Amino acid sequence: MARELWKGNEAIAEAAVRAGCQAYFGYPITPQTELLEYMSRRMPELGRAFVQAESELGAVNMVYGAACTGVRVMSSSSSPGVSLMMEGISYIAGTEVPAVLVDVMRGGPGLGNIAPAQADYNQIVHGGGHGDYYPIVLAPASVQEAVDLTVLAFDLAEKYRSVTVVLLDGSLGQMMEPAEMPPMQPLKKEFPAWATRGAENRERRMLSSIYLNPPDQEVTNLRLLRRWKEVEANEVRFKTYYLEDAEYVVMGFGSAGRVALSAVRAARAEGIKVGLLRPITVSPFPVQAVDAAVRQCKAGLVVEMNAGQMLEDVLRVNNNRIPFEFFARMGGIVPFPDEILAEIRRLAQGKASLEGHPRDRWLERVAAQA
Amino acid sequence: MQTDIIIAGFGGQGVLFAGQLLAYAGLGEGKEVTWIPSYGPEMRGGTANCTVIIADEEIGSPMVRNPQAVIAMNRPSLDKYEPLMRPGGLLVVNASMVDRKVKRTDLRVVEVPANEIAESLGDKRMTNMVLLGSLIANLPIIQLTSIETALKEHLPERHHRLLPQNYQALAKGAELLAA
Repeated sequence: MARELWKGNEAIAEAAVRAGCQAYFGYPITPQTELLEYMSRRMPELGRAFVQAESELGAVNMVYGAACTGVRVMSSSSSPGVSLMMEGISYIAGTEVPAVLVDVMRGGPGLGNIAPAQADYNQIVHGGGHGDYYPIVLAPASVQEAVDLTVLAFDLAEKYRSVTVVLLDGSLGQMMEPAEMPPMQPLKKEFPAWATRGAENRERRMLSSIYLNPPDQEVTNLRLLRRWKEVEANEVRFKTYYLEDAEYVVMGFGSAGRVALSAVRAARAEGIKVGLLRPITVSPFPVQAVDAAVRQCKAGLVVEMNAGQMLEDVLRVNNNRIPFEFFARMGGIVPFPDEILAEIRRLAQGKASLEGHPRDRWLERVAAQA
Repeated sequence: MQTDIIIAGFGGQGVLFAGQLLAYAGLGEGKEVTWIPSYGPEMRGGTANCTVIIADEEIGSPMVRNPQAVIAMNRPSLDKYEPLMRPGGLLVVNASMVDRKVKRTDLRVVEVPANEIAESLGDKRMTNMVLLGSLIANLPIIQLTSIETALKEHLPERHHRLLPQNYQALAKGAELLAA
């Protein structure tokens, strides 16, 4: 396949089709709507299921039902719509069926706005639904990566009977970049032993998230946890840039990570030995890669388009070994590279601190500028 | 090496399509490209702009604060982007829609009566092609022929009879060089 120019939202939709997605259920919301719109045309064209549900609640429960049949199924939404899906996500996780969800994040909380943001990190990564469950969360930073990770999301969801979320922000959904599409996979013809597809000539199967007897629920939760340990051991993904000889490290996921890349290049041009660590799986979090960067570097900077949600995961790994600083834009504003470059210069000037919390120091800097 | 370009104007002037052509042309030449529109609760007649980045390595930030090149298709776009441009940058102004001169003296400026040129070629809707032609002639990162190829590949088949006129619009624009 040749590289073609794709809009992020549409690229994800086509990648899902090629990954063998047999059913899509969704409800329109900006800045994700092109994904649903593309599916509304493409899925019926291939004789596959597309339903625009009456709401996000309807959509996620249709996903739940389809997932129980063992087919590849997905939904997509944006922040407020994803909030509405959380009950269903927890049920899907508790039933141990595979499903893919795409969250094209926008400014919030509340109705917020339709501009790009990364403020669903905590909700998605640390579980917005109730109970002990662990979603796999993939955070692309380019249209090509969004394509590749969408395909991977289906594979991982199936392999670990897990909810897998592709987490991106509105700018990536709206931008166009070259991408090479994967080959078209055939639809699944064989289904796992748990799938409920009609019980003619065999014993009845039962899928549920109800374990009224607490010891049965505990056994289930232990199974989920052990499965998660496998995910942690095998599925961590990240990308590093200019990190080999770096004395300072910048960390950011998705769009914040790629904006930071421009800042890191500019800092390198000034002679500052700085590198970038961009988590691709934000869940499982790349703990060992963060740890290695902490061992190597004098100071670090976390950049996000939220109030420092991934920051807490980084600080947990750092455990107060090296000073970290924090920089963010919020509410639908994407940082420019020069803002991050100014923060990198501060690191290089030895201004990073181990006193107090990086978020508090950032807030003080913001207040001083106002 | 990275070149960043902002194309701005009123909704309906072909701002987003001109940017896409640039991105398609860059892709056709094997370069890395990013096209990102301003998006919001837009309406017809409102402002529209897009940022196109053409590079030979993985592109970082998809948006730029201080662009190297700007096509300003109307007065609000000129007012917004003239102060933001990088010194030495290329500013292509649609003189038909702008009633003032460029103030900065550290830019390369091309003032193009693009509406009139497009009308003389038969269709005012080709204003964006005239301006794009001028941009390419003054910013030699993309071949004009790559734009023509992109136009042929991405203009819907039913409009292909308009291709020669559009090529002419690009060529007319390309005759206008920065002082």
